[in-house]
Amino acid sequence: MSVTAAPLLEIVDLVRHFPVRNAFGRRTGWIRAVDGVSLAVWPGETLGLVGESGCGKSTLGKTVMGIYTPTAGDIRFAGREIGHLPARERRAVAGDLQYVYQDPGASLDPRWKVVHSLHEPLKIHARLSRAEREREVGAILSAVGLPDAHLDLYPHELSGGQQRRVALARILTLRPRMVILDEPTSGLDVSVQASVLKLFRNLQEAFALTYVFISHDLAVVRAMCARIAVMYLGTIVELGETAAIFEQPRHPYTRSLLAAVPRIGGRRVTLDFALEGEPPNPRDVPSGCRFRTRCPLAQDVCAVEEPRLREVDGRRVACHFA
Amino acid sequence: MTELLSVRGLSVDFVTDGGVAQVLDGINLDVGPGEVVGLVGESGCGKTTLARAILGILPTGAARIRGGEVRFKGVDLLREDPAAVNDRVRGRAITFIPQDPYTSFSPVFPVQTQIMDLMKWKSPRADNGGGARSPFRRYPRERWRADREAVLETLRAVQIPEPTRALRRLPHEFSGGQRQRLMIAMALLPQPDLIIADEPTTSLDVTIQAQILRLLRALVKQRGVSVLFTTHDLGTAHEICDRVVVMYAGQEMEAAPATAFFARAAHPYTRRLLASVPSPGGEIRDIPGEVPSLIAPPSGCRFHPRCDYATAECREGRPAPRTLAPEHGVRCYHPVDAPIGADG
Repeated sequence: MSVTAAPLLEIVDLVRHFPVRNAFGRRTGWIRAVDGVSLAVWPGETLGLVGESGCGKSTLGKTVMGIYTPTAGDIRFAGREIGHLPARERRAVAGDLQYVYQDPGASLDPRWKVVHSLHEPLKIHARLSRAEREREVGAILSAVGLPDAHLDLYPHELSGGQQRRVALARILTLRPRMVILDEPTSGLDVSVQASVLKLFRNLQEAFALTYVFISHDLAVVRAMCARIAVMYLGTIVELGETAAIFEQPRHPYTRSLLAAVPRIGGRRVTLDFALEGEPPNPRDVPSGCRFRTRCPLAQDVCAVEEPRLREVDGRRVACHFA
Repeated sequence: MTELLSVRGLSVDFVTDGGVAQVLDGINLDVGPGEVVGLVGESGCGKTTLARAILGILPTGAARIRGGEVRFKGVDLLREDPAAVNDRVRGRAITFIPQDPYTSFSPVFPVQTQIMDLMKWKSPRADNGGGARSPFRRYPRERWRADREAVLETLRAVQIPEPTRALRRLPHEFSGGQRQRLMIAMALLPQPDLIIADEPTTSLDVTIQAQILRLLRALVKQRGVSVLFTTHDLGTAHEICDRVVVMYAGQEMEAAPATAFFARAAHPYTRRLLASVPSPGGEIRDIPGEVPSLIAPPSGCRFHPRCDYATAECREGRPAPRTLAPEHGVRCYHPVDAPIGADG
């Protein structure tokens, strides 16, 4: 990570709440999915966003992407505030900022040939002649490792892995600067996961991409990301260099999370695993520190005062006792 | 023979629109008493089909058993009277934990109704002998009380808080982890000899997965129940299994005690599979090529088109099982004798 450049993406105190309504449409509460998140992503890096289901990592990604509008807070992309733009101006950002869903193959239109799917984003977002478009599409297709012959096939004629490659090619035709990958390998077998991860790495190099890598799989995040942000119930609890955090996690939640990951060939981690209970409902967030209900270190102060992210040992941690 | 379950040469075909898929090709598998055996393989390798074949719940229209036997306590379940298997084995001596605790409960009945419905027929105290099974048959009061006591006790064992109140709740009022605990309780209640667990922790978060794996292993060890645990996740297998069996494209490739498996797996496929787990150093190694179609599978060893060590004999015929060490068997002509990670 180079500290000299300006961050490509900067999120400041971002909040996204969802209303909970009863059968009569009256609001009965809020789900605090993202609740005051600040972070920066630097050009060319891969930032990992990890946490368990319901921690708000996907909501954060989708809010940055503009799929949800922020309840409060700022999103600055390439120096420009994009969180509150009108729809028309917001659409222009889509060329630079793209989002990859868990199963990108499913986003292909089954009635369109591959060639049609790949040309569409260029027709909408770029002013290119037909010949220029064809050159561009050909270059991208070979970058994702597919032969030209596949242009004339329909999605159902491709394997799942090839569909995934086509969908990635489709995103790359606009030459985005940043791609948000939302659980890109969950549900894949390890050997397929390995080829997908390799592809992401090669594309990052070839197209100078910046990734936000959302995942619950800590082994994958460790292999892919130089920095990670650990989320719990809508907030970041620890943020810093991956190696340092894996080496010595400072937040008690990060510690439990890492302790739960099986280490093949080592001692069984479940023998020593101590974390009890399940995350609370994000409708009903505990007072003070959100992790205190399950935390082995919790004291009275934790129920009263919400810990802020502060600099500890070269990373940022939100814990009174870090 | 000391094995509890012994599958020999089991072959199952599925009739599909595209042709006949040979989903299982001469599978051998053993589960000893009190042993937790991991059945590891990638999607489509046939591990779920094998689990279902053992339970006798293959889809009747599409699946055809081409050959082989499934011996459970010395009896071949494939040739035994189906009514007897249904009465004494399925759901009683062999129970099942499904992958998805969300859809395995009916959403409209309280948990108690669903568990007691199971206990009516599958409780260890139930005697279904003789008369035909009628849905109108009474549930004897005395037995209901005894069974309900057993249910409450088992719910406590799987750490469901306030079991009496929990029983009155509907399935959606439980979290995914709690529902999986209920499923484990239901699999233990008939006091089985063998539990078949089909990827029971795949849909859970890692911290919940760690809790459930620890609980499941403690309970089955304490009660001496054998488990056949299918999973695609090597880390999960490492956490819970005494022995691991690896499948690829409908063939079993290697079987070894867990320690030997993770330290010195010998089959080239197993070694590539272990190597494709992301390493802390950030190195990522995939297996070139794709999983073959089961309608026209490769001849001989089905891994040979993707194997670094393949020779002519791998194409001609499937290697016979070969024993490398006690309990460590491999079906390969060219097993690798080196610690994991040594073949750069």
